[in-house]
Amino acid sequence: MSVDTDTVKRVARLARIKVSEEDATRMTGELNAILGFVEQLDEVNIDGVEPMTSVVEQTMKKRVDGITDGNKADDITLNAPVSEDHFFMVPKVVE
Amino acid sequence: MTDLTKLTIADAREGLKNKDYTSLELTDAFLSNIEAANGQLNAFVSITADRARDMARASDTKLAGGNGGALEGIPLGIKDLFATKGAHTQACSHILDSFKPAYESTVTSNLWSDGAVMLGKLNMDEFAMGSSNETSYYGDVINPWRKKDSNQDLVPGGSSGGSATAVAARLCMGATATDTGGSIRQPAAFTGTVGIKPTYGRCSRWGIVAFASSLDQAGPIAHTVRDSAILLKSMASIDPKDTTSVDIEVPDYEAAIGKSVKGLKIGIPAEYRMDGMPGEIEELWQKGIAWLKDAGAEIVDISMPHTKYALPAYYIVAPAEASSNLARYDGVRYGLRVPGKDIVEMYENTRAEGFGDEVKRRVLIGTYVLSAGYYDAYYLKAQKVRTLIKRDFDLAWANGVDAILTPATPSAAFGVADQELHADPVKMYLNDIFTVTVNMAGLPGIAVPAGLDKDGLPLGLQLIGKPFDEATLFQVGQVIEDAAGSFEPEKWWG
Repeated sequence: MSVDTDTVKRVARLARIKVSEEDATRMTGELNAILGFVEQLDEVNIDGVEPMTSVVEQTMKKRVDGITDGNKADDITLNAPVSEDHFFMVPKVVE
Repeated sequence: MTDLTKLTIADAREGLKNKDYTSLELTDAFLSNIEAANGQLNAFVSITADRARDMARASDTKLAGGNGGALEGIPLGIKDLFATKGAHTQACSHILDSFKPAYESTVTSNLWSDGAVMLGKLNMDEFAMGSSNETSYYGDVINPWRKKDSNQDLVPGGSSGGSATAVAARLCMGATATDTGGSIRQPAAFTGTVGIKPTYGRCSRWGIVAFASSLDQAGPIAHTVRDSAILLKSMASIDPKDTTSVDIEVPDYEAAIGKSVKGLKIGIPAEYRMDGMPGEIEELWQKGIAWLKDAGAEIVDISMPHTKYALPAYYIVAPAEASSNLARYDGVRYGLRVPGKDIVEMYENTRAEGFGDEVKRRVLIGTYVLSAGYYDAYYLKAQKVRTLIKRDFDLAWANGVDAILTPATPSAAFGVADQELHADPVKMYLNDIFTVTVNMAGLPGIAVPAGLDKDGLPLGLQLIGKPFDEATLFQVGQVIEDAAGSFEPEKWWG
């Protein structure tokens, strides 16, 4: 399977990365090289093979569904580019 | 007075206990090496000298009272991927500009509670994506090794290139690193150091910036097999904060070192003999086989038919998981924000400016393979191939194989800004051809320096072990180290 420049732009939009026309053209070639490389997997017979979900046989650890953490709004907003009164500030979303 | 920076961790542990020198003297010796070398080698992106001296003084007090921990007073470098409270933690990405976490990763917490001293944060490929340490926002790391009679700059490998360079150039006693497809073992091989990626689930991933969650594992880079065993013992733990951390007590790895390998069965997989592999790599491998045979190990030929599919499957699984993990960098909660006319444009501008080219490439591949209609054709298929890769290994273990010996990399270190490798991303990815199978199967793997090539550059051998059998890797790795000796770059920097 290979991608065209429009597909690359659509995928970039999904990934929320702005790409210029020039970027999209260059990336189309690079992505096709990688997609071409992974095409080798078509040779492998995977009939009846279960996907690997865990590298080690282990039941997922669970904990009680209770509050174990909190009361650290200062820490949470410490690194925000813009914050006010423990809120993250973003451009206006709703008119 | 002897050069304190030439000591191994095992030596320094004794010297500190015997009060031959203090941790502050040791720490100052490394800080002065860093000061002299970092302008040329670019291994550290942040030097925490004051914190290091405070930690060293605290260690000296403990040592004086005779109650030091397992790593009391030992100065280490920490890869920028590990969260260290109040210190530079940016995965060497522009998008994490000025990020300083309010928490500490489990692995580094373990090191500090055993008494280790932090010298600073180490350079790496951006978000650990790369095999040459040329994708860092903070510039290329330079390998302390050069070819004979050449002053060309060589790459240290990646993504843990800062860790490998800092250890090889004596800028720290040992370093933390992480390995998703070979990022500990390939740079260790390129710099003549020892690097081990433990079994998935051995070291907690809590507080390590996530790249591909089903593959990422932390491990150490150090000068000797013993030093790497000492570091792993402290880094590894059972951690309730990581659901994939496994409930198996951490054994005393050092106890395995020096034990005879007589009667151990070492597998040699035919499929690791690649077309176009340099003759020197094959010779090195044969040398390794001979050393282990001489030490009494039984050498058996094995077959791992799915080996060649590990790398293509990796380039589906790793980007897919990365695209999900990196969705959190949106310019809202931390790091860089680049304004836009609305919130979506703000996200797009931030991510366009904040991520480098290699990261964007992988996020786009990941987004594509996970997009509607493609999940089965790519991700699900890759996960099934992973089962087959793991099955190849399971079969070897079932046939009584104790460890597998392979080359660590298909070549020695290459030049910075190598045009052929930069023109074709897939060619760069092939660096991980011998290491990536181990991540796909979740197994432990160690790279041990084994010789020099015709240009005088280090080459490494890799040993692959059974799940949670790191001890056997240290045991067999020591035999290789004893036979091969140790390797030190000729000093041209500082």
